[in-house]
Amino acid sequence: MSEDYKSMWLHLGLDLAAHDVLLGILGKAYQDIFLSQNNRPEGMGYFDFVMSEVHGLRIKELIDEKKSGRKIIGSYCVFVPEEIVLAASATLVGLCSGADFAMEEVEKLLPRNTCALIKSSFGFKLGKVCPYLENADMVVGENTCDGKKKAYESLNSMVKNLYVMDLPQVKSAQGRALLKTEYDRFKKSVEELTGISITAGSLKQAIRTVNAKRAAIHRLSSLRKADPAPISGLDALLANQVFFYDNPARFTASVNKICDELEKRVKEKKGAFPEKSPRILVSCCPQAVPNWKLPFIVETSGAVIVGEESCVGERGTRNLTDESGQTVEEMMDAIVDRYFKVDCAIFTPNPDRLDHIQEMVKSYRADGVIHYGLQFCQPYLIESMPIEKALEEENIPCLRIETDYSMEDVGQLKTRIEAFIEQLR
Amino acid sequence: MRFAGIDIGSRTIKLVMVDDKGQIALSLQTDTGFDPIAEASKLINGVSYHRIMATGYGRNLFEISFDAPTVTEIKAHARGARAFFPDVRTVLDIGGQDSKAISMLANGRVKKFEMNDRCAAGTGKFLEIMARTLGFDIENFGEEALLAENDLNISSMCTVFAESEVTSLIARGRSPRDIARGLHASVVRRVAGMISRVSSEGDIVFTGGVARNPCMRALLSEKLTRNVLVPQDPQLVGAFGAALLAGDIS
Ligand code: SF4
Ligand code: SF4
Repeated sequence: MSEDYKSMWLHLGLDLAAHDVLLGILGKAYQDIFLSQNNRPEGMGYFDFVMSEVHGLRIKELIDEKKSGRKIIGSYCVFVPEEIVLAASATLVGLCSGADFAMEEVEKLLPRNTCALIKSSFGFKLGKVCPYLENADMVVGENTCDGKKKAYESLNSMVKNLYVMDLPQVKSAQGRALLKTEYDRFKKSVEELTGISITAGSLKQAIRTVNAKRAAIHRLSSLRKADPAPISGLDALLANQVFFYDNPARFTASVNKICDELEKRVKEKKGAFPEKSPRILVSCCPQAVPNWKLPFIVETSGAVIVGEESCVGERGTRNLTDESGQTVEEMMDAIVDRYFKVDCAIFTPNPDRLDHIQEMVKSYRADGVIHYGLQFCQPYLIESMPIEKALEEENIPCLRIETDYSMEDVGQLKTRIEAFIEQLR
Repeated sequence: MRFAGIDIGSRTIKLVMVDDKGQIALSLQTDTGFDPIAEASKLINGVSYHRIMATGYGRNLFEISFDAPTVTEIKAHARGARAFFPDVRTVLDIGGQDSKAISMLANGRVKKFEMNDRCAAGTGKFLEIMARTLGFDIENFGEEALLAENDLNISSMCTVFAESEVTSLIARGRSPRDIARGLHASVVRRVAGMISRVSSEGDIVFTGGVARNPCMRALLSEKLTRNVLVPQDPQLVGAFGAALLAGDIS
């Protein structure tokens, strides 16, 4: 890593020694998990590059943006509308963290039985290893699950510019009204932060930019319906993860480029895995970088993942925002409508999610579903029981997994996943 | 033509050879020790077979060292149990470090399975540690427990907590046999939950080393009101299933 980056990291207040450890782990994992795959599409080269520069070039770009007066906003949830951020000339980056870090420090602030995602977000802050977080002018938390909303109370003393967004828990008219109020309040705060008022023109442009990014991912997803699947689940997950970090226009172009290649592969019946490999849909908790544990086990056991019903995946990217509105008010309504459809398990009841899983099983021709739950994630783990039952009633095999970011259960997970794959063959 | 199955568990390694009628022709067993692959190669040295299939937690190591196909314990136990009892659709396997409940479709394919979590609760290891705490030999722990006169409830499933619970029961003068049965009952409660998540009726084939324990068998069938069938040498069923599966590959 060049000296330039070192001084940049130091400037951001990162703990260089700890940060080196993190980069070391990340680099090694990436090498072992991604670069060791066979039959990768060439277009993955772009994502390899992005990952190799995830704390380097991309951070430098963001710092340059800041120098030119742009603000950076960090978010932990797909409910934070990127359209509003972009329309006010700011940049949104995802902060969801997928690795254990500084756990001893974390457990002084959070109970042991907190989900790995929340613990990790604290760990990255306490360990001073996340340049995205340190670079952010505003960090948005949201009242989703109990774990997160209470954790933000503690995070508030560690992050100087935490903004907490309230969210509804019921899909009712009142729920929608709350989301609308909160998005209006968020819009105002972002405008205050940037000093730029959102206009009908800038909002329309922002909606188009985000829609284009989503549409590119939709295109990638639908190519995964082919047998043999032209791209591995790991690589497709990576694209979904990079969605949260990259410059939107460049991301869109790169995804579309790899899709051109995948279309050719589909025509030539060239796959990342042989034809008729068991096909798996992964459903449930978000898998943030560098949490590649589950897909790595699945895809080194002979099956291919063809879709993710997850916030880092189709739950997060599904549905475009209607771009036809003419006034700011109309478009704000369209944004509320789009996000109000997100079927996160914090909603009660949440029947849409089961419908979506069933629909994905059909359209991606999945042979079985792995319900990937993070330990202690009440909303999703509780939902996993009726979901498993409903799938089994339709003779869709389902494996419920409950895990965290540690590696100690890899052996047992591998046995369970291999047995599940044997069941599908 | 002979086929072999090797089950590399965390405590023991078992090797079973079957003839072309699927009958057990030979079986060998050894402790896993610190170097499972060295122990495994000692076992397979001197036996000859057409093909070998590996199962158990060490299967992937074996695959790398001997370029052999592998199968999970789940499928291997299902296959082995079915060879003994062709009509049974539910299998419970309790080994040294883990336990699993498996249900099968009519054609013998695995339909659903459950495994214990990361800890020792509900495994042979739990019973072993408890036998030691109570001063019983693990080989007749079950027989002793069957001689209990009073019911006694052990609430901890966790090995560490159960151990201190046992110590305090001894201090309070409860009979070791009563405590022993209470411990068996606690393991049975745990595995009964796993079984009912995979299947709700019909006979159960009980495999793995713990199936030799008569108290476990008795309490299990009492608790579930289902027949519990135990094959001869239940600890070999995984290796036997792997050997049969080695023969199934054409
Ligand atoms: S799972 Fe729910 S809380 Fe988590 S990122 Fe998705 S929408 Fe937000
Ligand atoms: S994984 Fe579950 S518990 Fe963790 S933040 Fe998301 S919804 Fe909350």
